[in-house]
Amino acid sequence: MDWFKRKQEGIFTTTKSAMPDGLWQKCENCGEVIFAKAIENSLATCEKCNFHFRTDAKGYINFWLDENSFEEFNQNLKSTDHLGFVDAKGSYKTKLTETIKKSGVNEAVRTGKGKISSREVIFVAMDFNFMAASMGSVVGEKISRAIDEATKLKIPLIVVCASGGARMHEGALSLMQMAKTSAKLARFSQKGGFYIAILTNPTTGGVSASFAMLGDIILAEPKALIGFAGPRVIKQTIGKDLPDGFQTSEFLLEHGFVDRIVHRKEMKNEIKTLIELLT
Amino acid sequence: MDNKGWEKVQLARHPKRPYTLDYIERIVKDFKELHGDRFFGDDEAIITGFGKIGNETFAVIGQQKGRSTKENIRRNFGMPNPEGYRKALRIMKLAAKFKKPVLTLIDTPGAFPGIGAEERGQAEAIAKNLFEMAVLPVPIICVIIGEGASGGALGIGVGDRLLMLENSWFSVISPESCSSILWRTWDKKEIAAKALKLTAEDLLEQKIIDEIVKEPTDGAHENYDEIARTVKERVLDNLKELKKLSTDKLIEKRIEKYSKIGFYEEQT
Repeated sequence: MDWFKRKQEGIFTTTKSAMPDGLWQKCENCGEVIFAKAIENSLATCEKCNFHFRTDAKGYINFWLDENSFEEFNQNLKSTDHLGFVDAKGSYKTKLTETIKKSGVNEAVRTGKGKISSREVIFVAMDFNFMAASMGSVVGEKISRAIDEATKLKIPLIVVCASGGARMHEGALSLMQMAKTSAKLARFSQKGGFYIAILTNPTTGGVSASFAMLGDIILAEPKALIGFAGPRVIKQTIGKDLPDGFQTSEFLLEHGFVDRIVHRKEMKNEIKTLIELLT
Repeated sequence: MDNKGWEKVQLARHPKRPYTLDYIERIVKDFKELHGDRFFGDDEAIITGFGKIGNETFAVIGQQKGRSTKENIRRNFGMPNPEGYRKALRIMKLAAKFKKPVLTLIDTPGAFPGIGAEERGQAEAIAKNLFEMAVLPVPIICVIIGEGASGGALGIGVGDRLLMLENSWFSVISPESCSSILWRTWDKKEIAAKALKLTAEDLLEQKIIDEIVKEPTDGAHENYDEIARTVKERVLDNLKELKKLSTDKLIEKRIEKYSKIGFYEEQT
């Protein structure tokens, strides 16, 4: 055995080549430089390798809902710093103000009523731009109210899931949102409601261990990271490298936790057909 | 520095802290432990079974840590795998079928983060428990007896009443992991413990728990019999209240209880 082992083949530079803003974008996966308009037309996926770019709630609303059909709920709900949480970078309160300013949205989820091929649905989409789509009180409350609305109107519920983990700044209040949203879904289900969960990159932590895994049908975008514990934590715990493709959409499909993997461009049609078949 | 948070974390982890089996031994008569999730295996980090508390048959479910290294390996340090949560759900459904109340004892540093756990759907197993426990048609009383870390604790922690021992803690993440994420070092665990507001008093203020269970003056580890007696009394008192409700009302109130948790501003 060698005394020294090269960790990675080839030579890597740490600085990425600068790309002029706007017109062109480089695919994070295959490196192909693509005309921005082309990416937009392919719903933020790479035409060459089918890589799915990370997208915010607004993106999903535009991709999958009928044009101008989205009526947003509870935009005025805002997080408060109930614990008075201060970390290395300062207070949660300041972080919230800054994030609202930077992201242009009030919280990490958007909820509302919309139409998919003329069928009314309640549509919920997480916003990764906002504190990595972590779930705090407002995310839990907005999703709960959206589920109540779906229960009341007896229409399907579609939730586009994404989350980098818990909103630690809200302590146990963040944790309890898992129970809150799951309780609402349990009642929705008892009343015959139809719920499709769509998992996108990444869906981890508390969101994965609550509403993301509770869909009557669970769909996933290709190659999304999906799991309860983050890969870094698992690696630290077991002290071993993780197998290739671990915790990807494809891995979950193979292990029986996802119904279908669907390309972003096919998703609208997929949802429409499933609603037609089951309701 | 006054830091109740870290103090409680240390007490909850005291090597002599009473564990689930110490309570079962003292308050559950004729306890029959039941094993296995009927899918994959038997997770010894969670103990499940039926027995009598007072005159009442309960399904008892609790996370179990070990006292020796050998026992800790067998119990996986109280960190359940998916089959533990599925076994717990199996027993809860059995309780529902025979109309027996459920008691859960929470004491875990978290659900196990491992390759097998992910392959067998840790997230799905916990999610399913939250979903089913929210509408289980029998009373559920949950007691945090030691550590209540994250989804791993919540996976057996949804019910009509959430009680918390005076020297236990409950939060979305352990102070160590919180420190490593938000401070990028393991050394700020004390500060993180304080910031997370994870003591029983904090959680009562946050309207997450229903009551604090008083421990013996020197802590639960100094007097197992006394703390077991108190827990038994608090559980039976709460059950008496819950039994007054019809099943529909019980579930309605349970969902309503969770609906109200959280703090936010609503501007008009």
